[in-house]
Amino acid sequence: MGAEKKEREPMFSPKNLKLVTKPLNLNNPITVQVLGICSALAVTAKLKPAIVMSISVMVVLAASNVVVSLLRNGIPQRIRIIVQLVVIATMVILVDQVLKAFVYDISKQLSVFVGLIITNCILMGRLEAFAMGNKPWPAFLDGIGNALGYGLILIIIAFFRELFGSGTLFDYQVIPQALYDIGYKNNGLMILPPMALITVGVIIWIQRNRNRELIEK
Amino acid sequence: MQEIFNIFIKSIFVDNMVFAYFLGMCSYLAVSKTVNTSVGLGLAVVFVLGITVPVDYLLNEYILKPGALSWAGAEFADVDLSFLSFILFIAIIASMVQLVEMIVEKFSPSLYASLGIFLPLIAVNCAILGGSLFMQERDYQSVGQATAFGLGSGIGWFLAIVGIAAIREKIRYSNVPPALRGLGITFIITGLMGIAFMSFLGIKL
Repeated sequence: MGAEKKEREPMFSPKNLKLVTKPLNLNNPITVQVLGICSALAVTAKLKPAIVMSISVMVVLAASNVVVSLLRNGIPQRIRIIVQLVVIATMVILVDQVLKAFVYDISKQLSVFVGLIITNCILMGRLEAFAMGNKPWPAFLDGIGNALGYGLILIIIAFFRELFGSGTLFDYQVIPQALYDIGYKNNGLMILPPMALITVGVIIWIQRNRNRELIEK
Repeated sequence: MQEIFNIFIKSIFVDNMVFAYFLGMCSYLAVSKTVNTSVGLGLAVVFVLGITVPVDYLLNEYILKPGALSWAGAEFADVDLSFLSFILFIAIIASMVQLVEMIVEKFSPSLYASLGIFLPLIAVNCAILGGSLFMQERDYQSVGQATAFGLGSGIGWFLAIVGIAAIREKIRYSNVPPALRGLGITFIITGLMGIAFMSFLGIKL
């Protein structure tokens, strides 16, 4: 028959590692692929919810990527969106119940946005673009990479919003009382939604200045 | 009646889906390059929200809430099916979007062609699922209130996307710094529009 055994890609080959590192900058889901914007803006008023959200998205994305990748050859073309939605929804329900059980007060802060992970475009986007056409291990790495890129931007936004908006980081008072005494006031606008949008705009500005190839014509 | 009107106006201006809650941003950013496609997508969103929120309200009221199943018999009185909300809401939304797709294809094939993939993507538009989830969280008292909320949210989203599309069309002739062109400046303008919409917070109805 003369069929050659295809060389198995080593687990941590450069090609696989790139799946994890590229979404951190050049293929960042939020600033380059324009996915997952809604939750990135809504939960970043403080660092704690932002981190819990990033971890939740990472779990859902990695798990869904693996499941869809395992099923990819058996999903009929016409109902693939529905199958993807069901996989994502199941993972999110699980994560939601775990959050409610172990970190109830943060899950209250996140409120509907945990449920909205289902419609988070990063999930549908990566499932369609990657998991449907790749093996489970690369799909898993792609999920982790994109979730890390997403989490990175969330943490940057939340860092500035919490620091300037409430003077705290992780609810610890960081700006010393001495500054408040001489007249420094927390910038209340940073906690409000519009500043989240402007912060992301500035992050995109800085990122595109450093990576000229991302600039649109 | 007063309450319904209150909810309607609040959900358009004060609780605007885009500026206060950032829902539906992905299609908002992607489709707002021209006013025509934005109007089409905006109307589709109004329609879908206006139908799915009341239907999900009825679903929540009579099947999902804790204690909702008591009309089926006393032994069901403490059944809590709310964990099924996500899947059931999405199912309703997906079917409504399929319906809208068929209607648009029949009555306006050019709009259907120009919207392309974004019409079926309304199903995963966070604004639609968000509308139902907010309705569930805020515990409205009647179908009328739920409908007012659904229509109002849709109209608020419509206003936002048509507004930003109009601005983006004009801004093409301005001297935007290269790194801000396209996505960056859209974010900043949306933020400024958000600050403007905050002026509605003072409305007392």
